[in-house]
Amino acid sequence: MKLITAIIQPHALQAVTDSLREYGVSGITVTEVAGYGRQGGHTEVYRGAEYTIDTIPKIKLEVLAEIIDEPAIIDLIVAGARTGRIGDGKVWTTEVGTLVRVRTGERGADAL
Amino acid sequence: MEPFVLDTGATAWILTSAALVLLMTPGLALFYGGMVRARTVLNMMLMSFSAIAVVAVAWTVAGYSIAFGTDVGGLFGNPLDHIGLAGTDEQSLLSGSGVPFLVAAGFQMTFAIISTALISGAIADRVKLGTWMVFAAIWVLIVYAPLAHMVWGGGLLGADGPFAAIAEPIDFAGGTVVHINAGVAGLVLALVVGVRKGFGKEAMKPHNLPLVMLGAALLWFGWFGFNGGSAGTADATAGLAWVNTTVATAGAMLGWALVERIRDRHITSLGMASGVVAGLVAITPAAAALTPLTSIVLGLVAGLACALAVGLKYRFGIDDSLDVVGVHLVGGLVGTIGIGFLAADGGLLFGGGASLLLVQILVALAAMVISGVLTLAIALVLKYTMGWRVPEADERAGIDITQHAESGYDLVGALSSRRDRPASVPFHTGPFRNGTEGAEPRNPAPSPLADPSVEAESTPVTTGETR
Repeated sequence: MKLITAIIQPHALQAVTDSLREYGVSGITVTEVAGYGRQGGHTEVYRGAEYTIDTIPKIKLEVLAEIIDEPAIIDLIVAGARTGRIGDGKVWTTEVGTLVRVRTGERGADAL
Repeated sequence: MEPFVLDTGATAWILTSAALVLLMTPGLALFYGGMVRARTVLNMMLMSFSAIAVVAVAWTVAGYSIAFGTDVGGLFGNPLDHIGLAGTDEQSLLSGSGVPFLVAAGFQMTFAIISTALISGAIADRVKLGTWMVFAAIWVLIVYAPLAHMVWGGGLLGADGPFAAIAEPIDFAGGTVVHINAGVAGLVLALVVGVRKGFGKEAMKPHNLPLVMLGAALLWFGWFGFNGGSAGTADATAGLAWVNTTVATAGAMLGWALVERIRDRHITSLGMASGVVAGLVAITPAAAALTPLTSIVLGLVAGLACALAVGLKYRFGIDDSLDVVGVHLVGGLVGTIGIGFLAADGGLLFGGGASLLLVQILVALAAMVISGVLTLAIALVLKYTMGWRVPEADERAGIDITQHAESGYDLVGALSSRRDRPASVPFHTGPFRNGTEGAEPRNPAPSPLADPSVEAESTPVTTGETR
């Protein structure tokens, strides 16, 4: 069992979720996050006062998957989120120990 | 005294205008509330709302009398004349246009309310609400009402005062009484109260610009009552004021946007909303003295001047948080003095000579001195009695939670809320706890350890499936 986590551009979310759904992924978790990477921040101006905003809004996408599906899901996320410019984000995976579906008590792959 | 003859049309318009002007203060709450940070929005809005509460009472008890009672030395009215807004329709401020006493007095009440509320923008995020409310009551009685008397109530700065020998001063709807007055009071309070922790170093940017724009829209809408109603009746003067209020505001938006485009490269929504207010402020004293074309010029100048003025607070280290000085004092001065240049009748640029201009400058200076000195006295007394500032830790944590025990936004309620029950109500008194009804708990305890008494009824995790 793997947890695939991706940080992507907010505007890329729809393309990524569409392709994941088409592939058969039955559930994802999406969080609005903020951070900075190579893209850096940006500048805002309010009544002439400039503010440097260090962090940029991003979307964090989390998908639980069986090990066998991991490479395909990563490829789909990367394909959906890539524009080729700085700020497209990152994808990584981590091992998942236990997984339980709260409603039924099912465990492991049955709970996906 | 002439007998009073009711004019229903005029009365209907003044009643409507009064409601419009009252709406400006909640509008101001939105305008100001959007400009502060999310953790202080409620306190900011409360300062406007509490101004309604305090000033409406103070005005009814004595404020109206001090503004419009029998003249005492040209400085204020006799406070005992109209206690509780007692008066006959022959005594109405607008008796000449057939508007009853209480209608005119209520209309004036809404001006006192918005003027007081305007000041709060200079001291955002850091002031005890109690001190602010006491300030509002005292300020409206000993600063606003006397100044209103001097300008509108037959006092020193009006048509019966010494300046009138040179030329009759013009303040149609409150350039001096409302905007210069509130702007100076804001400056004085900002100085006495001091800067916010982190001012100039930490980001203190607006948290909700759509609120600001909604607030600006409501202010503009209400301003039609402010200026249109100041004609005192529903006539062509009210129409002129309406048109000038619109086109001067449009001019100010353009002026502010021009400064931003050149100086900051971006035209901003906050700039446009601020331009709206700058234009409205500037046209307030001039709404019946200018033509639509000269109103556009006045608005444009006000937009340029205010947009350039709002940055100065950082240079002087004054935390006029929401630019009460930069918008209301500067805009009020542009309008009040601009009349001297642009008035169709008596303006310097229209062959009227310099006498009106001189009088307008003198009246503006007098209003600044009166407002500055009296506001300083109140502010200092409150500083050393009640105190202005909330504790530093409270200010850092956010004044909404620490002073008001609420927060403006609870977007993910599940994360943050649990109902605290009153101590007098036992937590479990229902049938489930007694076991007599056999009712199943809505949320079975996840572990029997949590409460031994539910052990017999607690079910495995598949409970949901069996229902």
